[in-house]
Amino acid sequence: MSPNNTIEKLIVAGREFDSRLIIGTGKYKTYQENADALVASGADMVTVAVRRVNLSNPDEPMLVDFIDPKKYTYLPNTAGCFTGEDAVRTLRLAREAGGWDLVKLEVLSHPKHLYPDMEETMRAAKLLIDDGFEVMVYCTDDPVFARKLEDMGCAAIMPLGAPIGSGLGIQNPLNIQFIVEQTSVPVIVDAGVGTASDAALAMELGCDGVLMNTAIAAAQDPIRMAVAMKHAVIAGREAFLAGRMERKQYAVASSPLAKEGMID
Amino acid sequence: MNLVVNGKDYHDLPEGMTVGALLDHLTLPRKKIAVERNMEIVSKSKFDDAVLCEGDRLEIIHFIGGG
Repeated sequence: MSPNNTIEKLIVAGREFDSRLIIGTGKYKTYQENADALVASGADMVTVAVRRVNLSNPDEPMLVDFIDPKKYTYLPNTAGCFTGEDAVRTLRLAREAGGWDLVKLEVLSHPKHLYPDMEETMRAAKLLIDDGFEVMVYCTDDPVFARKLEDMGCAAIMPLGAPIGSGLGIQNPLNIQFIVEQTSVPVIVDAGVGTASDAALAMELGCDGVLMNTAIAAAQDPIRMAVAMKHAVIAGREAFLAGRMERKQYAVASSPLAKEGMID
Repeated sequence: MNLVVNGKDYHDLPEGMTVGALLDHLTLPRKKIAVERNMEIVSKSKFDDAVLCEGDRLEIIHFIGGG
């Protein structure tokens, strides 16, 4: 078992990944810091955004110069898209740029909370699946929508733990658990993780993975936080697979307390 | 010939210019980008065959950091 592995690999749309941690590539001070954090995190999949090339400075550094798309799986996202058509257009360009059909769909709504617009998300997911994409979908932590997205053929269900970039941790563990229980494709908590314990909790709830960006990028020491997240995801996964002890209301001694065994 | 590239006007470009020639003109690395012309993808293999027309609207994209 390599240090990045839990016992079994993460499988999304037939592709195998050694790590259950997926990290974003936004908000780092530099692409180099981003690349260093990626190595430290052990992740083998990164989310990326699709944007216009800066024509006034064609020589400016490009993400692909720092994070090799042949070595790491790029997961193009649709951040900034507010309609299904925009999302499809963006990901078709991403597919042409990189040849990938595994994508992250996110159709956002109000900038204050960046909650997914589920009506548009559902519509976009259908358009993308019909166009041959494998869709990992950012969604609310609503088990009803999660089910509908799975039935539609999404490759992974990615409910938010808390608003994007908030670092508030998992606000509704009960809903995440409902989604985990009912879902056959991977469930990946996407957004809201703030620190290592949040990631561990997601995994202890039975999630198949965790996707985070700001928790690492905005840490005082992103490289060190990336290491922490790697261990948190492994710890949480192993704890889930191990099966936690039963919760009890009262103490149960760990050392025998029978009187006859005690010295006088 | 006039084009709109990434929302910006480009004037007096040579008639009959291909997408590939435009990319060279803009000194953009072909391997790292994708091109959409009037809402339709231009595949990399067609860059040197796709002749641009007056008023074409192009989007040239790449990957940047994102969550």
